[in-house]
Amino acid sequence: MTLGMGNRIMPALSLLAALMLAAAPVPGWSASFRPEWVPVVLLFWSLVAPDRFGMLTAAGMGLALDVLTGALLGQHALALLLVVYLCQRFQPRIRVIPLAQLTLMIVALLALYEFVLFWVDGLAGRTVPFVDRWAPVLSSTAVWLLALAVLDRWRRVAHARI
Amino acid sequence: MSAPGKTGGGTERNEVALGIGFVVLAFACIALMVVDHRESHLERVRQVLSVAVHPIRVLVDLPVAAWESASHSLTARRELLEENERLRREQLNANFQLQRLATLETENARLRELLDSPAALDHRVLVAEILAVDLDPYRQRFNLNRGLANGVFVGQALLDANGVVGQIVEVGPFTAEAMAITDADHALPVRVNRNGLRTVAIGTGDNNRLRLPYLTNSADIEVGDLLVSSGLGGVFPLGYPVAHVLEVRLRPGQSFADVIAEPVSALDRDREVLLVWDTATETSAVEDPSLVSELQ
Repeated sequence: MTLGMGNRIMPALSLLAALMLAAAPVPGWSASFRPEWVPVVLLFWSLVAPDRFGMLTAAGMGLALDVLTGALLGQHALALLLVVYLCQRFQPRIRVIPLAQLTLMIVALLALYEFVLFWVDGLAGRTVPFVDRWAPVLSSTAVWLLALAVLDRWRRVAHARI
Repeated sequence: MSAPGKTGGGTERNEVALGIGFVVLAFACIALMVVDHRESHLERVRQVLSVAVHPIRVLVDLPVAAWESASHSLTARRELLEENERLRREQLNANFQLQRLATLETENARLRELLDSPAALDHRVLVAEILAVDLDPYRQRFNLNRGLANGVFVGQALLDANGVVGQIVEVGPFTAEAMAITDADHALPVRVNRNGLRTVAIGTGDNNRLRLPYLTNSADIEVGDLLVSSGLGGVFPLGYPVAHVLEVRLRPGQSFADVIAEPVSALDRDREVLLVWDTATETSAVEDPSLVSELQ
C-alpha cells in the first residue's frame, strides 16, 4: 500500500478545491443550496485513506473554513471533527456496506454536521433561519455521489488500491 | 493511527486511541469557541489564520476580477460614449448641487458660530473593493481588500455613493470583514430626516429590507420618509442617508407599529465601497495617497 506521488497530490488538490468552492460566489437564490464541499471531500478521503486523513486534517480544514467564512473560531472544526471521528470509528464496517447504505450514512453524517453548526450558532446567539439550514444536506449528498464517481476513478488511475 | 483491518486486540486499542484523540480535539475546539465568543484575545490568532487563507480568497476572487477587467477592456465604443454622456450629465447635476451646498455650508458655519457649537466634522475616505468571496449565506457579510496595512479598524463605517453600507467587524493584515446594515445581527441608530424622530433600524437578513421595530403607532412616520444616520452610537457619521420607509403598518392591538424600510445603498450590486475615517478621532493610518480623497 505504498502511495504514489500522484496519489499524494490529488487529495491535497481536492481539499483545496473544496475550500475554494465553499467560498466561491453563487447567485443569491442558490446560496442556501450551496453543497457542503469540505465535509463531503474530507469524508471521502477519510474513508479511502483513514490513516492519513484523520481528525487532525478535519480540525485544520475546519479552522480554515472558520476563518474563511467568519464563523466562530472552532465551529466548523468541531463539526468536521465529529463526523470524521464517527466515520473513522465505524470505518471497518462502513467499508463493506453497499453503496445505498453508505450514501444513507453519509446523509446522516452531513445532517449531523449541519446540526452542530446550527446548534453552535444558536448557543452563540446568532440568528439563523431554521428551515434553510437543511437544504445543503440534499445538495451535498448529490455532490457525494459525484465525488464518489470522479475521485474514485482518479484513485484507481493512480493505482493505489488500499 | 495505524491502518484498519487488524486483529481483535489491535482494533480495540485503535478505537480507544481514536476516542481519546477525538475528546481532546473536541475540547480544544469548544475551548476555542468559548474564548472566541466571550473574549477578544484571539484577534492575533485570527489575523495569522487570515493570512494563511488569504491565497484562497485571492484565487476565488480571481475569475470575477479577471472577467471584470476583460469586460472593461472589451466594452464597445458606442457604450463608452453613452456612459461618458451619462457621467457628464451626472457630473453637471452634482456640480449644480455642490454650488448650493457651498452656500449652505457657509451659512451653516455662520449659524453654528452664532450658536457657539463646534462645526461638523470632516471625513476622510478610502476606496475599498469587495472581494467576490461568499461568506455564510445566512448572514450579510463580505470581505474587503483593505486591512490593518491601510489603517482599517473594527467598528469603522462603510458607505457607498448612495448611503450607509455597513461596518467593519474583523480586520486581518490584508483583508477586512464587514457586516452589512441588513444583517440580522445589525442595528443602526437613525433619524427621520423630515422631523428628526430618532429610532433604530434593524437588519432582517434580506439584503433590501430593514425593520424599525421601536416606533409607536402614533409616531410621525410616513411611507417615503428618508432615514439618515443619527450619529448616536458613535460608529456611523452623522447625516448619511440610510433607507427610505417602504411600508408603515399600524397594529392597533400592539404598542409598536410594523415599519419596513429599503436601504438606499446598492448593497447587492456594489463592487466598491468607501471606508470612512472621522478625522477628529483618527488614529495613525498608512494608506495609498492616490486613493484618498477628502469628503465634505
